[in-house]
Amino acid sequence: MTVAAHSPVTMRDRFEQVVDELLDADPRVAVVLADIGVDRLRRAAHRHPERVVNVGIREQLLIGVTAGLAAAGLRPVAHTYAPFLVERPFEQLKLDLGHQDLGAVLVSIGASYDAAASGRTHQAPEDVALVASLPGWTIHVPGHADELEPLLREAARGDDRVYIRLSEQRNRSPVGADGRLTMVRSGGGAAVVAVGPTLDPVLDATADLDVTVAYASTVRPFDGEGLRAVAGAAEVVLVEPYLAGTSTAAVAAALVDRPHRVLALGVGSVEHRRYGSRAQHDAAHGLDAAGIRRSIERFLRASPA
Amino acid sequence: MAAPALPTNGDRRRLAYEDLDSLLALMSGDEKHDPASHSTLDVLWVLYDRILRVTPETADDPGRDRFLLSKGHGPTAYYAVLAAKGFLPLEALPSFGAYDSPLGHHPDGTLVRGAEIGSGSLGHGLPIAVGIALGLRARSRSEPRVVCLLGDGELDEGSNHEAIAFAGRARLDRLTAVVVDNGSATHGWPGGIERRFAVEGWATAVVDGRDHAALAVALTRLDGARPTAVVARIPERA
Repeated sequence: MTVAAHSPVTMRDRFEQVVDELLDADPRVAVVLADIGVDRLRRAAHRHPERVVNVGIREQLLIGVTAGLAAAGLRPVAHTYAPFLVERPFEQLKLDLGHQDLGAVLVSIGASYDAAASGRTHQAPEDVALVASLPGWTIHVPGHADELEPLLREAARGDDRVYIRLSEQRNRSPVGADGRLTMVRSGGGAAVVAVGPTLDPVLDATADLDVTVAYASTVRPFDGEGLRAVAGAAEVVLVEPYLAGTSTAAVAAALVDRPHRVLALGVGSVEHRRYGSRAQHDAAHGLDAAGIRRSIERFLRASPA
Repeated sequence: MAAPALPTNGDRRRLAYEDLDSLLALMSGDEKHDPASHSTLDVLWVLYDRILRVTPETADDPGRDRFLLSKGHGPTAYYAVLAAKGFLPLEALPSFGAYDSPLGHHPDGTLVRGAEIGSGSLGHGLPIAVGIALGLRARSRSEPRVVCLLGDGELDEGSNHEAIAFAGRARLDRLTAVVVDNGSATHGWPGGIERRFAVEGWATAVVDGRDHAALAVALTRLDGARPTAVVARIPERA
């Protein structure tokens, strides 16, 4: 069934299907919403009115209630747009979850500039860097619905703090979802690490380059051991679909005993002030195949070798 | 620090209200107490002495009552009451604020037995209390109460108003907010703090925050269909 690998199901659709099933299967699972996604989970809410909670447009309460549900022994899944899930209630992530040592699964939609035409208020390319700045979080950046599903099911079984970032952009085929760096293409020279939905443009950009391409759908904890195994040449290009450089320190830590060079590609830290489409923003940030290729060629030309 | 002659709870004997001054002195090192901690002392005592169904032995029981100190500033009254009720060893009190003490200037819920949460940054307790009340309801535990103590100044934080509005609509009848009102909010609450709760669907009561009998009555009476807010007024001291 090659069709299955090209499933048209979005990560958001798959999230809703799986969470609907989990509510039936596991009495510990609860879902906390802040008006976003309420209609799409209406049937589950009808079956489980006490475990599907919509707090209205109240994002500080969204996380506080999530923490309280965890304290009462439930496994809460909090879900809304990335800027409202991570940035607006950031102190609640730090204190209500982290400092209280409570676990939860946070699932965002609206990755980086998925909502390109909505403008800056609905864009949060800083989300992963912010969550990664807090101790004890696992961060998944799936590139396909078939990666999301096992990651979400495993997160729902646990007790820890997990952030899952869903995007509208997705790869043609699923790769790995086991927390490890997966070798996609072996080559000489540099190692290009594609995170989540950047894999397809990375593969397109490097089709005729002699480089290794590796893939990560989990960035915290960062698979430093896996990186050491693929980054023989000690030249690493990191391609992340959110704020550029978010995982540079993790790469440096993994290669601390090797002289190495790192190029970190991602969303630039700028007030871009443009609307339009995600593809236009990818081009503006150099994250389309052509932009990634330009950056990699420049990086390789500057190689001391 | 040399401990003065003090009551001991080594034999698990519960101490009395009259013992609290000496416990506070263990933390302050003298007989002067910080007014913020003092404003909550009577409410905390009445809660732990007469209202909350939780003991050191049941501090992890899923059916226990939950108490959340949201106003984490000036926690010595809280530590004194927890020690008097046997949650904390008296020997820990003199270490207040020290590097390896469980007792910080704001409490850490993971370090203090009996403390449901850590607090200090204001406006976090009531939203978590709402979540606990929802969680207990989802787990079909209708007995435990969830009581959250806030300060009138703390109500400045908007997160409380997210929780107040939602809890009223969700009819969280096992939830009680106790607001210790010592007139510390910079811009005040014209018309009374209780009105902010009443308009959102809470049952409300206003009592003298030093009157143990009145506090006990107000904290015992639950509406059965609505959350309850008890405003405990602390009169200005001469």
